[in-house]
Amino acid sequence: MSAVKKNYIVETIRKAQLSELLAKGKRLDGRSLEQYRELKIETQLIEKANASARVTLGNTQVIAGVKIATGTPFPDTPDKGLLIVTAEVLPLSSPYAEAGPPDEDAIELARVVDRGIRESEMVDLTELCIVAGKVVVTIFVDVSILNVDGNLFDATSFAVVSALKTAKMPKYVPDGDKAKATGETIPVPVKRVPVSVTMARIGNVLIVDPSIEEEAVMDARITLTTDDDGNICAGQKGNPSTFTPAQVMAAAELSTRKGKEIRKQIVGAAK
Amino acid sequence: MEAKRKLIDDKGKRLDGRTWDQLRPVKIEVGVLKNADGSAFIEWGKNKIMAAVYGPKEVHPKHEVMPDRAVVRCRYHMAPFSVDERKNPAPSRREIEISKVIREALEPALVVEDYPRTAIEIFVEVLQSDGGSRVAGITAAALALADAGINMRDLVCGVSSGIVDGQVVLDLNDSEDKEGSGDMPVAIMPNLGLVTLLQIDGIYTPDHFKKAFELAIEGGKRIYEMQRQVLLQKYFGSSPAESTAEEQE
Repeated sequence: MSAVKKNYIVETIRKAQLSELLAKGKRLDGRSLEQYRELKIETQLIEKANASARVTLGNTQVIAGVKIATGTPFPDTPDKGLLIVTAEVLPLSSPYAEAGPPDEDAIELARVVDRGIRESEMVDLTELCIVAGKVVVTIFVDVSILNVDGNLFDATSFAVVSALKTAKMPKYVPDGDKAKATGETIPVPVKRVPVSVTMARIGNVLIVDPSIEEEAVMDARITLTTDDDGNICAGQKGNPSTFTPAQVMAAAELSTRKGKEIRKQIVGAAK
Repeated sequence: MEAKRKLIDDKGKRLDGRTWDQLRPVKIEVGVLKNADGSAFIEWGKNKIMAAVYGPKEVHPKHEVMPDRAVVRCRYHMAPFSVDERKNPAPSRREIEISKVIREALEPALVVEDYPRTAIEIFVEVLQSDGGSRVAGITAAALALADAGINMRDLVCGVSSGIVDGQVVLDLNDSEDKEGSGDMPVAIMPNLGLVTLLQIDGIYTPDHFKKAFELAIEGGKRIYEMQRQVLLQKYFGSSPAESTAEEQE
């Protein structure tokens, strides 16, 4: 992430040290290769939001808030509501983060998380249509990164999914070409629980949930999002390096396996 | 909303008449811009994309200099007239993300250690877009880098696969990209057998995922053969394939 200071000499030395450890199946913080840091999910923290979730993954901390309103649909999908995910790396999240317009890392983060939610068809957008072509329900999920310590992709995705799962929205009925709130509240039509699993390749070793130290020395990164049935619904390779086809297939298998474990935790937290 | 139209007919033909594993027609030219250190123009289906490379050159701003290697920069941009509705010429979030993944797909092929304290700048300008523009852009940009004489470990070539009407297909065109249910752009270094770009959209069962991924790699190798022929033509006037054919006659 942009919110990381690059120090080439330290990275080179640390990479050698880390590679030696990884060869023995160990990591700097004592985790195994396929082990996530402690994941904590809290929901319903922000009363003024339709839903919210704070995720802490090791020392990485993010908070997602959901705001629901009505708006005009996109011309090419007149019968679907809108679901938009954004993410901002706040200047308070790291000594190296800066205020200002989002840089390419922040844009990639928001777009990769958004794709995971969208492509998995987590929310049934057709249920959000009030008057086709005129007015639909719009759901914004905005994520603020509070503390950067690696793997923002997964922390952000977990927060979005947990928040959406607990989100309630006003019930709207058509009123001519407009929408009228009935005063009732109903849950957001959540159909699936996508789980993002980010893996880093360091040398020949694939690890999950890279910490900030591991991200600083990793060769390549891959984020794969899987759904409840073990399908892959979104993915992104990152960093100027490579994967062998066999490593990609191993990552696909690993993401499905870890995804199952984490889905239980998300579903448990969102009750 | 209108009913979804079929994108593959009963005989397995796609809208543009291709079978599931066929590429669209590809035409590539190298060394087409005078000022650039390297350039290439690719026509791939209705995609028309210009790629240019400047560098290795001095780094501006100076604090971005790297003491042991070149800085690689990339800009992917779509012309306002390249799509159906006029596109705002300012870089969109999509273009910023694609610029990043293209850079990360090409950089592994460059021997950046050979050019310390310099910048290598890659420009991909989409003049007309027809689905798969990022992989077409990567294919052209890799040739522009070779044309600029930059030391490379391998060429980089790319192609998308995806899911259309529940079937795995190669090289999605615009309608298949928009109306299909999955798109997977893949770029590879064909001789080293390494994947340098992988993005996944849509729902893939494990079997579909494997099939689509392997199909894209296989398609990429066909694109590589075209890249190779273009470079041989440009720098040696003929391709060995042709000369062998002549010798055999």
